[in-house]
This record gives sequence, structure tokens and C-alpha cells, in this order.
Amino acid sequence: MPDQPQLRAVLAEDQALLRVGLTRILEASDVAVVAAVDNAPQLERLLGEGDFDVAIVDVRLPPTFSTEGLAAAIAARAARPGLPVLVLSQHVEALYARDLLASGEGAVGYLLKDRVADVDEFVAAVRRVAGGGTVLDPEVVAGLVSGSAGTPLDRLTDRERQVLTLMAEGRSNAAIAARLFVSEKAVGKHTNAIFTKLDLPQAHDDNRRVLAVLAWLQGH
Amino acid sequence: MTDWSAMVSPTALLQPIRSVRAAPVDQDALVDRLRLTAVSLGYALLAAPALALGILTILAIPLGLVAVGFAIAAGVVPATAALTSLHRRVSGGLLGEPIAAAYADTTGLNVVTRPMTWLTDRARWRDVGFLWFSATGGLLMSILPVGLLASPVTHVVVAGLGGFHWWLLLLLDVPLLVVWWWATPALVRARARVERRLLGRDRVEQLERRVEEVTTSRAETLDHSAAEVRRIERDLHDGAQARIASVGMNVGLAEKLMATDPDAAAGLLREARESTATALEDLRSVVRGIHPPALADRGLAGGIEALALPMPLAVTVRVEAPPLPPPVESAAYFAVAECLANTVKHAGATRAWVRVRHDGEVLHLVVGDDGRGGADPHGSGLTGVARRLAAFDGTMVVDSPAGGPTVVTMEVPCPTSPS
Repeated sequence: MPDQPQLRAVLAEDQALLRVGLTRILEASDVAVVAAVDNAPQLERLLGEGDFDVAIVDVRLPPTFSTEGLAAAIAARAARPGLPVLVLSQHVEALYARDLLASGEGAVGYLLKDRVADVDEFVAAVRRVAGGGTVLDPEVVAGLVSGSAGTPLDRLTDRERQVLTLMAEGRSNAAIAARLFVSEKAVGKHTNAIFTKLDLPQAHDDNRRVLAVLAWLQGH
Repeated sequence: MTDWSAMVSPTALLQPIRSVRAAPVDQDALVDRLRLTAVSLGYALLAAPALALGILTILAIPLGLVAVGFAIAAGVVPATAALTSLHRRVSGGLLGEPIAAAYADTTGLNVVTRPMTWLTDRARWRDVGFLWFSATGGLLMSILPVGLLASPVTHVVVAGLGGFHWWLLLLLDVPLLVVWWWATPALVRARARVERRLLGRDRVEQLERRVEEVTTSRAETLDHSAAEVRRIERDLHDGAQARIASVGMNVGLAEKLMATDPDAAAGLLREARESTATALEDLRSVVRGIHPPALADRGLAGGIEALALPMPLAVTVRVEAPPLPPPVESAAYFAVAECLANTVKHAGATRAWVRVRHDGEVLHLVVGDDGRGGADPHGSGLTGVARRLAAFDGTMVVDSPAGGPTVVTMEVPCPTSPS
């Protein structure tokens, strides 16, 4: 995509098969993979150097195969707020998402590895994180939304609920409008209604909006 | 062959009772009865010190109010312990299982506090009960076999010395000998059992120990299950899940490249197809690790044969066991699998063999090889086997001298239902 700037990405994934697959997909989409590592110590070094536009990190890495990748991402973002990191995982944990989002505002993402198969969506998510946005896996959001039954969420209409879910995934009004086949203006009306019904302060910056919605969902 | 000389050695005297049945009437049965009669004589003679100690104990308690009682107790209680310890050895030997003493600990106590502990120790009081049993009912039980055998022998001797009317007595002796033959083993066994009851750990203590054992084996089983679950999760994560995710990536990229670079897209799709085959293979091996299909379909015999087939060495398998509860079969299967895996990895063997036998009560598993030996029963593999078996009260013995051969013997109690 020549109309977009070439991104420089680093990659941490211990399974060769997936490392190769991810590299191919990124390279084919005009994202240069400048370094690909398969363990936590090397990842920590890469994140420490910070010489990239976005880091794509598997949660589980050697040596202990628990949550080294996530821990490294959170630690690096504590040292350098806003360091863009997209965390990939084979299963979603709302807990991990919360820890990651708590590590500073924006430039962060958490996706299931399954999402990579939708190449364009995945690359868009990578670009969104690189650009300072927030990306959250639909499954995490769905879990949070369904876990909030019996709260003011019940007052939302179905369409407002759809918009809320897409907002929580980190999408802009334009993206939501495209997804739902409505005008951007209509989305704006829905978001206003949602913020009023949930008693949230209005936020026009996409990123702050995601965080407000997520904070609300996690608090209920 | 009967080794008559061995009868007089103490170890031979203390062997388990052969049988309490009257049949067969043969030399071995005769030797055993003679031995038991000798033991009974010993029991009967020991009634004398038991009676003396019993009386002294009764005296010592009121005299404890004055210092004399303490002095008596200081001598009588250890003497009683020595006597009961002898009885424990003899009766334990006859019953074929050791009888353990269970006195309260008195180390570090002084001349006053020690007798106080004795007073509150149930095991010591049961010792006193034993003294009186030994001097009364026990004496009767033990004097009978001796008398039943001794009187005919005396009659024969007296008759041999003279007097025709003495021969008439011998008519009476035949029933006496029959009773002796019939009653001796049962009487001796009954006495040994009473002694076990009095001198061994009591029921509550036994149950407490049992509960402890069960708690330990349960904790180990839980540990083991947790480790198994982690292993399965890992196998899935690294195997099938990762492959399927990579298939998704390949297909996704192929979709994108279809129009611009059809050759590359075709390559990606071919890779994806190969990955699905490998993913299925991975899933199958995970399933084999959880519940092996051959075991499910064809029972323990089929399962173990299926294990043996792909081994890189000759494995002889003989399984003679009825269908058993699935958890037991599964434990047995994985135990044999682990042993065979060890053989392949470490033994450098040319052949191995597996014998499985069920005798109605216990499942016996023996895995052996002709390799270099030196297997470590505390290695993680064999410890895992022992844990698996412990969940079923099973045991494992590893015999693996350096230089080989290695024989692993496992036993799992598993009575077949009387249907």
C-alpha cells in the first residue's frame, strides 16, 4: 500500500511456523520486520532499544512459557510510556487485557492469533497501534459486555450496544460507520446517547473514548 | 522334601502358619503341626512370667502412692515390654505380618514423669491386659495342643514299659490325635490374632495411619493430574493450536495474493493443507496421551500390544487379565508405557518383555529387559509411575543392578467383582 508510510516492526514469537507466517503477512502488507526473536530475554533487549514503530509480541515465550511476553511489554511501557506494542495470544484473558491497558494510554493492542488470518484487519490493527491507538480483541470486549448484564447497559438499544462494542475494540467513528453501513453522523449520535445513558464524560479523542468505555465495562 | 533340621532354627519356627485345613495329611503338614505344638509349649511356659508381671503390676499401682510403686514399675514395665516384644515377634511371624509396638514416647523423661506417661499410655495398659490373657485364656489355648500330643506319646511309652491294660488307653489316643491334628493350627492362629489385637497398634491408630497414607497418595494424585493437565495444555498449544493458527495465516495471505501473485498464493495454500494434516496428527497423539484408542477398544491386552508394536526392539507381551475398571487399566497401561519408554531410552536392550497377570485379587505387572540396568527408581519417569499406582494402593519395585537386567514389578490390588 504505497499510500501509507512503511512501518518498521519487531516480532517476538517462539513458534517458527507462526513467526514465519506473521513475517510474510507483514512484509506483504508493507510492514518491514526489522527483527524477529523467539524468547523473552531477546525481546526485552529489543523493547529496551525501542528502535521500531510497533512491536508484535506473543504472550507466552521461553524460558518459562507463562506470560513473559506480556510482562516484558508492560515493563517496557512503564519505562517508555506510549511504546507501541501489540500483544498476540492463543486465548484471550480479560485479566491480561486489563493489565496491558493499565500500562499507559494508547499505542497498545491485544488480539487473538486467530485474527491474523484476516490479513487486512490485522494489518490495520498493527497500523492503529503504531499510530497511538488502542486495539482490543472482540472476544475480550464481548466478554466484558456480556459480563455487564443487569447494569445501565440494559438501557442501551441493540444498535447502541453494537456501537459500544466496536468502540471498545478501539475503532474510530469512521470505521464503525463503515462496519455498520451507516453514516458517521449516525454513529456520532449513537455514541452521544451511549455516553449519556452510561453517565460517562464525553470524550472526542478516540483513544480516551476507548479507555472510558473499557473502564466503565470493567467497573461493572 | 522336608528339611527336618530347619525346624529347630528360630527363623523356621517363626514362619507363617501353612494352613489351618485338616487336609492334606502329609509330611509337611505334620512338620508344621509339630512346630506349632512346640510354639504352643513356648507360649504356655511364658504364662509363668506373664502371671508374675501381672501380679506385680497390680501391686505397683496402689504402691505408687509411696515410692515403692515407682521402683516396682521401673522394673516391671520394661520387663513386660521385653516379654510382649518376644510375643510380637513370634505371633507376627506366625501371621506373616509384623506386629508393631505403639508405645508413647518416653525419651528424655525422668523417673517420676516416665511412670506417669506409662499410666496414660493405652498401649501399656493393653500390655497389662495381655499379661492376664497369657496367664489365663492364652495358657489354656496353648496347653491344649501340647496336652493332646503329649498324652498319646506318654501312653505309648508307658505301654511299652509294660502292662496290657495300658494298651486300652491307646484306643482313646486316636481321637486325641485327630483333635490335635484338626485343632492345633486353628488354636495357634487364634492366639496369634488375639495377641496382634492386644499388642499391635489399635484400630484407631491403624485407621489414622491409613488416613495419612490415603491423604498423601491423594495429594500426589492431584499433583500428578495437575501436571498431566498442564502437559496436555502445552501439547495442544504448541501443536495443533499453533498449526491451525498458521493455516489461518497462510490462507489469509493467499486470499490477499490470489489476484496479484497466484503462484505464491498456491504455495501458501499447499503449505496450509500440509499443516492441517500435521495438526490432525498432533491431535491424535494428544488423544493417545489422554485415552489411548487401542486401550479403549481392545482392553489392556490390546492396548499393551499396541504399545509394544512400534518399539524399536523385540517386546514379548503376555496378558492374562479379565476386564478391569477403566481407571485401573489406564494406570496399568501408562505404567507399562513409561517402563517401556525407559527401556528404549536408557537400557540399550535388545529385547524386553511384559507380563500381566490377575489372580482375582491383585493385578501383577512385570516389565523386564536385557539391557544395562542401573535404572533409577527415583527418576521422574518411574516416580510418576509409582504415583499413578499409589492412587490405587499399588506398589512398584525396581530391580536394576548395574549391568542389568532390569525388572520392574508392579502390583495393584483390584479384586474382580464376584459376578
